[in-house]
Formats: sequence, C-alpha cells, structure tokens
Amino acid sequence: MLQLKTISVSINKKLILKNLSYHFKKGKVYAIMGPNGSGKSTLAYAIAGHPNYKLEVGSLKFEGSDVTNLSPDKRAKRGIFLSFQTPHSLAGVNVFQLLRIALLGKEDPLTVKQKIEKIAKKLEIKKDLIERSLNVGTSGGEKKKLELLQAAVLDPKLLIFDEIDTGVDIDALRTIAKFMSENRYGKTYLLITHYNRILHYIKPDRVLVLMAGKLVKEGNAKLAVEIEKKGYKRVVSS
Amino acid sequence: MANRNMQDQISSTLDFEYKYGFRMPQNYTFKSKKGLNEEVVKNISLIKREPAWMTKFRLKSYQIFKKKSLPSWGADLSSINFDDIYYYIKPVERQVSSWQDLPKEIKETYDRIGVPEAEKKFLAGVSAQYESEVVYESINRELKKMGVIFCDMDTGLKLYPQIVNKYFASLIPPTDNKFAALNSSVWSGGSFVYVPKGVKVKMPLQAYFRINSERFGQFERTLIIAEEGSYVHYIEGCTAPIYTTNSLHAAVVEIFVHKNARVRYTTVQNWSNNVYNLVTKRARADENSVMEWIDCNIGSKVTMKYPSVYLYGERARGEVLSIAYAGHGQHQDAGAKMLHFAPNTSSRIISKSISIAGGRTSYRGLIQIMPKAKKSSVFVSCDALILDEKSRSDTYPYMKIKENDVTVQHEATVEKIGEEKLFYLTSKGISKSDAESLLVNGFIEPVTKEIPLEYSIELNRLINLEMSGSVG
Repeated sequence: MLQLKTISVSINKKLILKNLSYHFKKGKVYAIMGPNGSGKSTLAYAIAGHPNYKLEVGSLKFEGSDVTNLSPDKRAKRGIFLSFQTPHSLAGVNVFQLLRIALLGKEDPLTVKQKIEKIAKKLEIKKDLIERSLNVGTSGGEKKKLELLQAAVLDPKLLIFDEIDTGVDIDALRTIAKFMSENRYGKTYLLITHYNRILHYIKPDRVLVLMAGKLVKEGNAKLAVEIEKKGYKRVVSS
Repeated sequence: MANRNMQDQISSTLDFEYKYGFRMPQNYTFKSKKGLNEEVVKNISLIKREPAWMTKFRLKSYQIFKKKSLPSWGADLSSINFDDIYYYIKPVERQVSSWQDLPKEIKETYDRIGVPEAEKKFLAGVSAQYESEVVYESINRELKKMGVIFCDMDTGLKLYPQIVNKYFASLIPPTDNKFAALNSSVWSGGSFVYVPKGVKVKMPLQAYFRINSERFGQFERTLIIAEEGSYVHYIEGCTAPIYTTNSLHAAVVEIFVHKNARVRYTTVQNWSNNVYNLVTKRARADENSVMEWIDCNIGSKVTMKYPSVYLYGERARGEVLSIAYAGHGQHQDAGAKMLHFAPNTSSRIISKSISIAGGRTSYRGLIQIMPKAKKSSVFVSCDALILDEKSRSDTYPYMKIKENDVTVQHEATVEKIGEEKLFYLTSKGISKSDAESLLVNGFIEPVTKEIPLEYSIELNRLINLEMSGSVG
C-alpha cells in the first residue's frame, strides 16, 4: 500500500531520517515506536507531504503510484490521513466548515453534517464542540477525538496517528481506542506512540522501532511489550 | 448551524463574474462639466431647486474646501485631480417607485448586483442609488404607517426642511476636513432616515450604491435621526465597476441617536480598485443610547474612514466593528473614534484587517475621555493578519484620557498565516488557496457574524474572490 524507498528527510537542511525503506501492507496495523527525537513525527509529516520536510533522496509510492511530488491536499485526496500530535487551533473555523470544504464536490454539505453528528455521538464529543472554533479552548482528549472524527468522515485508506494517546486521560483513551478498533474496516493504521498503552486496545501486526532516524528493529506485537519492560536501549542492543 | 449551512449552499451556487466589474452604457439627462467652481456649485443647487439656505451653505462649504489642505497624515492622496472630476450627474428626470419604471440598463445593473433578490427577501424597501441620484425606491407601507421616513436626501430636504435644517451639518460641519467640505458643497443623494419616538424598525433599511461613470465622484450625504427609544438598522452595500482612471467617493454620514434609542449602521464597501473612498461618519449618542457601526472595507484604492461616536449622554454606548481587506495596490487606512463626554459611557472597538499581495492596512483609532466622564470604559482590540512578505499592516492608536476613574483596555495582535496551520488544513484534503480563504474567513468571523446573512455571504465571497486572484 505504502512503499518508502530509501528515503532521507531533512528539515532546515538538518537530516532527520536516513535511508529508510519499508513496505506497509494493506489492512495491517503498524506501531511505530522510538524515543523522543528518533524521527517518528518526521516520518508522519514526510508521508503526509509537509512542504518543509524535504525528501533529499528516495521516493514514496502509494497504491502503486509515485506520490513523492504531490502536495499534501492531493495526497489526502488519494487517501492518506494524518492525525496530528498537536492539532492546530483554528479561530472562526469549525469542524463542519473544514470537512465541507475538504469534501466539496464529493459529498453534499447536508450529508457531511449528518455524518459529523453521528460520529460525534459515538466519540462522546459534545455538540457545542463541533459548532465552535476547532481546537480553541478544547482539552487534549477532545482535540484527539476531533482528529478521529475528521478521519472517520473523510474515510481515508491509510491513517497515521501521531501520538493519539498523549495528553489524553484514561477514559478518553478508552473511547478513542475502542472507536479506532471498531471502525477500522480493514484500513491500514500507522500508530506512532511512545507507550504500549494504546496497543493494549489495538493489537499491532508489526512493531517498528526508530532510533536516530533509522529503522533499527522490527518485530511482532511482543516487541512492544518487551520495550515497555526493558526500554529502547536494551531491546535494541540485544 | 442551520444558517451556516444555508450560507454555504448559497455561496456555492454564485458565479464569479463579479470580480471584474462591469459597466453599462450611460444615459444621463444632466451632467455638469468637469471640475469645480462657484458656478458648478450654484448650478447643482439650482437644478435641485433647493432653499436659499442650502445654496448658501454649499457656497460657504466650497470656500472652506478651497482653503483646506489635504490631510498631512494617513494615506497618499496626492494623485487626486480635483479638476478632472464630474461633480454632478443626474441620470433620470424623476424618481421611480416601481421596478418596471426603471430604465433598462439600470435594471440590468441592479439585476447583476441582485437588488430584486434582496427586495424579495426584505420588504423594508430598497433605496438604490444609481450615479448621484436615487432612482429607485420602494418604501414599505408599514414604514410609512409607523411614521418612519426613509428617502433620499434630496427628497428629505424638499419634504422635511425643518428636520433637515435642524440636524444637517451640525455634527460634521464643513470645517471638519477637506472632504467633508467638498461633500457639503456638492453633495447629492444619500439617505434621509427619521424614526419617530418609540418606533422600532424590525427590517433593516438598505441602500445600494453604484458609481458608473469614469472620473465621476459620488458625494452622497446621509442623515439618520432616531428619536427617543427607537431602533433602526441601516445597511449600505457598495459595489462598483472597475475603471482605469481614479474616481473619488467622499461621503458624509451623520447620525443622531436620542435617549434610549439604538442605531446600527452596516457598510459593505467594495469600490473598484481605483476609487478614493474618503468618508466622514459620525454619530451622536445621547443618554442610555446605543450606536453601532459595522464597517467592512474590501475594495477601493485608498480608504480613509474612521466612524466615530460622540458619547454625549450618560450611559451611552458606542461600538465599531470593522474589517479591512487590502490587496495589491490598495491602502485601507481605517479605524474608529470614540469620544467620551459623559459619565458611565462605554465604547468597544473591534478591528480586523487583512493584507495580501502587497496590500497595506492601517488601524487608526482615537479614544478621548473628557474630564468628569467618570466610570467610563473602553475596550479596543485590533488584529491584523498579514498573508505574505510583501504586505504591510500598521497600528496608530491614539488615547487622550483626561479622567482617572476609567477603565481602558487595548489589545493588538499581528498574525501571519502560519505554514503549520496551512499544512494542517491541506493535509485534510483542502487546497492551499481554500485553506487560506478558510483561515481568513475564520479570522473575520467575530465581525461577519454580526451582519445579516446575505451580506456576510457577499463579504466572504468577495474576499474569496479577491484571494483566489492574488494567491499564487
């Protein structure tokens, strides 16, 4: 589904990801783990196409076609979705306006509105939150739920969740994780996380460990458990 | 939510032809020659069959205009050529009261700016101005029943000379500034609104303005009087076709808000990008009254406009909510003035400006609190959004506070549309230009939510159009 071919990514001329290659397969759940600064978010941004995250070498293939030079909106239209670690606050713009424009020509505003209302209910998002400026004066958990709501309405094929489990209390995490696992419908998930806790709810098919911009280890769900017990250094050096 | 939805649906069905302007062939019955002198001023008064005091007033104003120099501050006005302007044009002989009676090309013009649509929606009556004369007017019968006067200024002077004489130029004398003097000497058209004691006008009164002649300046004069305990909302929406030479628009608006009354005045200004829009707007607010200016400036080459409220009565409240949008070659020098003369008066200014593609916005505000205006409070918030490196925004807040027992709050922010916010939106499948429009519309939302739906749609659409033309 998504192929990274020896990609190196830099920000402000500083090389962050080095020669990364991986083939993410359709319908699988991947956990991408690693200590702070290992390049996890950089990978997410590079896949979504952030203009400041420069692909120095290599290429990205999504569903068989090269997306290396596509703008973020075009990648999104192909079915790539990024759930932000820190979603930006948008004064005067609510989630309906955002999704209506994102789906312009694809779905009529009324359908968009109905979908939002239905999903908001499932995610236990208060009604006033969907009518208010997006991510303005909302808690960490609410912000992450609103990201998930956008994902559910946009209906992408590949979903990258950049630390959806941080800044979220335990009840919200349970709601989020439950929603994610019940509404996956065979979609591909990339779960970027520090901790194992979300992986208790959604079992990953593969666990990837990034350190200093390199893919240093790969394994099954047990690897995440091992990391939780021993820490990155000991697991990687073993 | 329902409103938003409807708004969105309407927006998507509108076409984009609007941006480029249009002009209809001219069919005037009278056109003064270019330039200004005593003869021209006398002729205007003569043609209009005005009372002697008005002729005298015009001539006196003309002398003041000649003596006054251009303001030494604000926008660059040096390329206005006062000799290259028609000061009076009369398009049709008489006023018409029904749509069918309008000349064909005027009807076409209005069709294109959507007057009939607005008329269907609002029964309160449309006083539309074509050139310098109000040619179309449809006054709601209910208005008359309530004793409300809503007509063009020329008619107002003819039919209600006592009221006009009492208020006219008493708040903005010709000596106020060069352009007020110019307007006072050559004014034509504009609206006259009188709301009797205790009458609350539920429907907004609307006027449409157009300039349709090259080098032709519009000098309308508006006078609104709201008697004790009354309420009225007046809306002016301005659109203009695009021309190659400079046009001048110098209007004067005076509003008298009596005890316990409330007046709201909404402007959506979209002059073409060659118009000098130099307008003096002032309101006097008596005891316990409320005056609100909602002022949206999208078009023009240069705008200099600072709606003011003179808070004369105790507990009077003044508000200015404004939006200024400056694209390529535009300078919007706009703001507000609040003068507190009485105790317990309050004022609030919210200014939102957007500059893009080399445009320049300036917020210029004056807060003055006189001695003894105790317990008065002031809140000023001006936010500027700058979309690129070529564009500019400045803030010139002036405060003259002569009383200690007051509360004054001033906030100012300058924001650039960050790459991160744009990435956030584009990564959700929104194009860069749509994302910018969305952020800009969100930025001005605190003001647009205050104006009627049709106007906020129009405003959002205009801004989206302007932006789609200037964002690379």
